[in-house]
Amino acid sequence: MDSQTLIAITSIFTAGLTIGIGAIGPALGEGRALAEALRSIAQQPDESGTIIRTLFVGLAMVESTAIYCFVVSMILLFANPF
Amino acid sequence: MDLTDISPDEVVYDLRFFSVNATILWTWIVMALMAAGSWLVTRRLSTGPEISRWQNLLEVIVGYTRDQIRQTIGESAAPYLPFLGTLFLFIAVSNALTIVPGYVPPTASLSTAAGLAICVFVAVPAYGIVNRGLGGFLKHYVEPTPLMLPFNLIGELSRTLALAVRLFGNIMSGAKIAAILLTVAPFFFPVLFSLLGLLTGLIQAYIFAILAAVYIASGEQATPRSSES
Repeated sequence: MDSQTLIAITSIFTAGLTIGIGAIGPALGEGRALAEALRSIAQQPDESGTIIRTLFVGLAMVESTAIYCFVVSMILLFANPF
Repeated sequence: MDLTDISPDEVVYDLRFFSVNATILWTWIVMALMAAGSWLVTRRLSTGPEISRWQNLLEVIVGYTRDQIRQTIGESAAPYLPFLGTLFLFIAVSNALTIVPGYVPPTASLSTAAGLAICVFVAVPAYGIVNRGLGGFLKHYVEPTPLMLPFNLIGELSRTLALAVRLFGNIMSGAKIAAILLTVAPFFFPVLFSLLGLLTGLIQAYIFAILAAVYIASGEQATPRSSES
């Protein structure tokens, strides 16, 4: 097994690990944020516009860590520098 | 977009005299489409009670954008409408056109996303200096204490990076998942995921414009008045 094969094996394995572990945190966080937003909309339906806008912005912030993981795993799979 | 290329920069079309990559080609096509469309619509504007249906469409878009900007920044939307509206419309149109077969969204390239994010990066100090003056704008970097100066500077750079990578990652993942599913389950599932891609594409356009508005607002005043509606 030459080093090229070893690098390929490690890259594929690490890419799966990256996106798998990296998706856990944002998923939990987004679920919590969505639940809280739904609760506050149920309490104050008049403010739903503001709540939904803030929710979207917040979800985008939370989601960006998952996106970083995804981009890293894509780089490992398709644009591997080694 | 094939499975093996990570970005539409690598999809190169060979025209007769020169070769051009997919990002540039489709960016120009989207720009031409939008410019021609709005020229056609605004050629015959009317202020009377009878308006054409396309003028109605554009009025709805502009009015809604203006409302959103006013609620986010909290003052008159007029100076921000051209910049933020252009960002939103360009990203939304280039994401929504993914239903056209053979189309490659230019926003799936990191170059396009980084270019748009750099526009925001330049626009924040520009609006800040125009509204508060050079001293007033520079003061907000040292606002709580001068100790916060490096963190504010790093935050300025990292949020630009996050803006670019967020847009690129979302759109690229949509195209990539469609390509993967096309090889695995070719008939039904890609349709569902293109629907999901349309939804995320429009939400990403909205988020990009709203985040740009929030950044501009934070460069102009200490706390953005985001809750006034």
